[in-house]
Amino acid sequence: MSRLRRSMLFVPGNNPGMMSDAHIYGSDALMFDLEDSVAMHEKDAARLLVYHALKTIHYGECEKVVRVNPLSTPYGKADIEAMVAAGAEVIRLPKTETAQDICDTEYEIERAEKKLGVPVGQTRMMAAIEGALGVINAYAIATASKRLIGIALGAEDYCANMKTNRSREGSELFYARSAIVVAARAAGVDALDTVFSDVNDEEQLVRETQAVKQLGFDGKSVINPRQIKPVHRVFTPTRPEIQKALRILAASKEAEKRGSGVVSLNGKMVDRPVVLRAERCIELAKASRVVFEGEEL
Amino acid sequence: MENKYISEVSHTMQIKSSAAAGTMESGDILIEIEPSEKQDVEVILKSSVANEFGKQIVKTIQNAVSEYGLEYATVNAVDKGALDCTIRARVVAACQRATGADTFEWRREA
Amino acid sequence: MKYASEYCEQLAALGKKPYVPGENPRLYDKETAPLKERMARENKIVESLEKAIELAGLKDGMTISFHHHFRNGDHILNMVMDTLAKMGFRDLRIATSSLSAVHAPLIEHIKNGVVTHIETSGCRGELAEAISHGLMDDPMVFRSHGGRAAAIAEDEIHIDVAFLGASSCDPFGNANGYSRESEGKSMCGSLGYARVDAQYADKVIVLTDNIVSYPNVPFGISQRFVDYVVRVDEVGDAAKIMTGATRFTKNPHDLMIAETTANIIVHSGFFYDGFSLQTGSGGASLAVTRFLREAMIENDVKASFALGGITGAMVKLHEEGLIRRLLDVQSFDLDAAQSLKNNRFHQQIDANYYANPYRRGAAVNQLDVVVLSALEVDTDFNVNVLTGSDGVIRGAIGGHPDTAAGAALSIVVCPLKRGRMPSVRNHVNTIVTPGTTVDVLVTDQGVAVNPRRPEVAERLSRAHFKLVPIEELARRAERITGKPEPLPFGDRIVGLSTYRDGSVIDVIREIKD
Repeated sequence: MSRLRRSMLFVPGNNPGMMSDAHIYGSDALMFDLEDSVAMHEKDAARLLVYHALKTIHYGECEKVVRVNPLSTPYGKADIEAMVAAGAEVIRLPKTETAQDICDTEYEIERAEKKLGVPVGQTRMMAAIEGALGVINAYAIATASKRLIGIALGAEDYCANMKTNRSREGSELFYARSAIVVAARAAGVDALDTVFSDVNDEEQLVRETQAVKQLGFDGKSVINPRQIKPVHRVFTPTRPEIQKALRILAASKEAEKRGSGVVSLNGKMVDRPVVLRAERCIELAKASRVVFEGEEL
Repeated sequence: MENKYISEVSHTMQIKSSAAAGTMESGDILIEIEPSEKQDVEVILKSSVANEFGKQIVKTIQNAVSEYGLEYATVNAVDKGALDCTIRARVVAACQRATGADTFEWRREA
Repeated sequence: MKYASEYCEQLAALGKKPYVPGENPRLYDKETAPLKERMARENKIVESLEKAIELAGLKDGMTISFHHHFRNGDHILNMVMDTLAKMGFRDLRIATSSLSAVHAPLIEHIKNGVVTHIETSGCRGELAEAISHGLMDDPMVFRSHGGRAAAIAEDEIHIDVAFLGASSCDPFGNANGYSRESEGKSMCGSLGYARVDAQYADKVIVLTDNIVSYPNVPFGISQRFVDYVVRVDEVGDAAKIMTGATRFTKNPHDLMIAETTANIIVHSGFFYDGFSLQTGSGGASLAVTRFLREAMIENDVKASFALGGITGAMVKLHEEGLIRRLLDVQSFDLDAAQSLKNNRFHQQIDANYYANPYRRGAAVNQLDVVVLSALEVDTDFNVNVLTGSDGVIRGAIGGHPDTAAGAALSIVVCPLKRGRMPSVRNHVNTIVTPGTTVDVLVTDQGVAVNPRRPEVAERLSRAHFKLVPIEELARRAERITGKPEPLPFGDRIVGLSTYRDGSVIDVIREIKD
């Protein structure tokens, strides 16, 4: 069962105050940023801050993601080595345009892992697609490395690249979102949506999250702790969904007991993907604390 | 916590010019490093938690400066409640900027 | 009359006297002048503060009192002390309900020997710093609101002259913390603390910037208790007394703590139709009402009353029908003050009614839940709200130990650390509220239930709350911040933290730095 990535809290890399307890808000992942939120003359300081923070602070259950600078900048290589040393679980590459970007990054990650004695392959990757070319190459990017666990949409730069602007209902992002989620599914990785920046508009945040969930996205980036619970609520299965999933899992266990490979419910055969989806549903329900251990049966 | 100093640097570092890192935001520490005439690492600390953590902060700064490879320096620090990991990060950044050397060793072990 | 004189002998046998007009000097002659004239002639208004002080018979060494309903906008205490100093008084003992940063001028009066003893609920700012560094010979005595009220009622504190500021007062002394004639320059709402002083002080001087016509009813302080009324330019700075409704915090730590606390209340066993509640006035404890409101609506639960420290947030819940009555000893914002003024179900109560420790019926004893803040908490659940982690006086006891002792469930909310200072630790600098009365601690990194309340822990565990021993919280805090050095305390005692009955629960030592 792969990790939940319903929410990823953005933590600017040059703000020590926020870094010390970013995990207390219960997001599934934390994204420490060395890229756009850090001024050029502070890139060195931010890299050191995040390095020391990751090595010292216990971030609980949160997945530790770091957004590094692209390799085309003077900072990217040092970022990667530092973050592998620091124990970052996922390196997020911004502005990914081609599969080659992924390969080049993976090369640097592997080099760092070998140098530092980290098991090769331990550090995962995430690709942020922030432009038209990236959208076109989404599937190639998503399959470019075994380390890749998800592809994400970065709407701000994407809109600039597309020579449009962000609107409330987001029609300008529709194709990009669709392309990314389809590519992610085909590649078997997670699809992650972009940030919703109006922190005070919870209603619109929820609407947008519901829309991308319906498209098939697995989660969304958030920029303020207040956004975490509303996003989680959208990804929380409903009671009927949970009941149905429990019935499917019961039927699956029944089949296992009988030693049969065929799962059936109400006289109908239940395919394996459906069983997997039911398991996923219960995982989500448990993570959202609407179902608890021991309640499934 | 073992701090193995793997020496890639065969000469002691020199401060080329005074430099600073950090801010005066809550949770941060502003570190200014200058060359020193004295034969040690002198730390002048102003902190909102001077009574309770002053000694520890000075020690953390001195250790970080020595680990970086600087033997003589004057450090002016204005602390706003930074944790030790933040202090170390700011000191190293200031040292790097002051020496112009990018030789901080990224280490895997704690 | 002639009837009575006829029965003189029989009356004498009964021990009664006949009525003789004009004989009893205690009875007043019939007034024939109109009220207008009477009021202008006989009223309690004295032309100057100095005159009132003279008439009150104040002498060196006596005890004077003030209230703190004007908070950091108060002008009264400084004005009166300046006057007393100019008049040459010395060795005065101040028994105020609390002190704010605005009272820094007391430093000079202490240095000059005008004031030699202070009893208060709290102290802040420069004055607090000075006291912490050894300004006064006599330790400052800190009392809870209930403790002060009881001490006054039992004559442990004997107030010779009370100087009580009021937002409006009529010529006979009926005083209020608001004005009906105009919006008033300085509204403060409830005069709950002042009422105790008015009732028990030997002489009461009301100071107001707003003399209104008789009768100023409904009254907060009855004319019965008032000896003199003095008109002053300004009792306080309205903007610093109180502002509009206290805003909910936006701090994500506080919001998290507040939401967790509201959920805990819902599952604590003390959330039922008719429950009663008190919360603090700021940060996380105030924000609890916001989250609790949703639960109350969802579960169709109404509170029978809210006690406080009343804020606009509580008033809003009352006006929505979610809280039936409000008991108000101190209004925290303009919304609360307005509500007290206009709504008869928002009742002004005095500090004895609120929290006298010797009265079973005191309002705090009728609380189901109280949510309190803290500066520090130790692993025995003892709470410090008086001195900062740097050992300097910076807060007030307020109603903390009163409500913790009175409520069926007392919840203390506090971030695990503030910056680099751990709030949950092995020892606190000053114990104010004993851990035996503190039931639950909610931090932004974990919840601990006092082992004295296993039934509460059980209920919360069944509701899937992850509880943590408080020692673990202290360890967590120290792991993050590092271990603080002991503070440079001297030997001198500069403050006494007293429990509700006046017994000393902790001492505050001088800080040397």
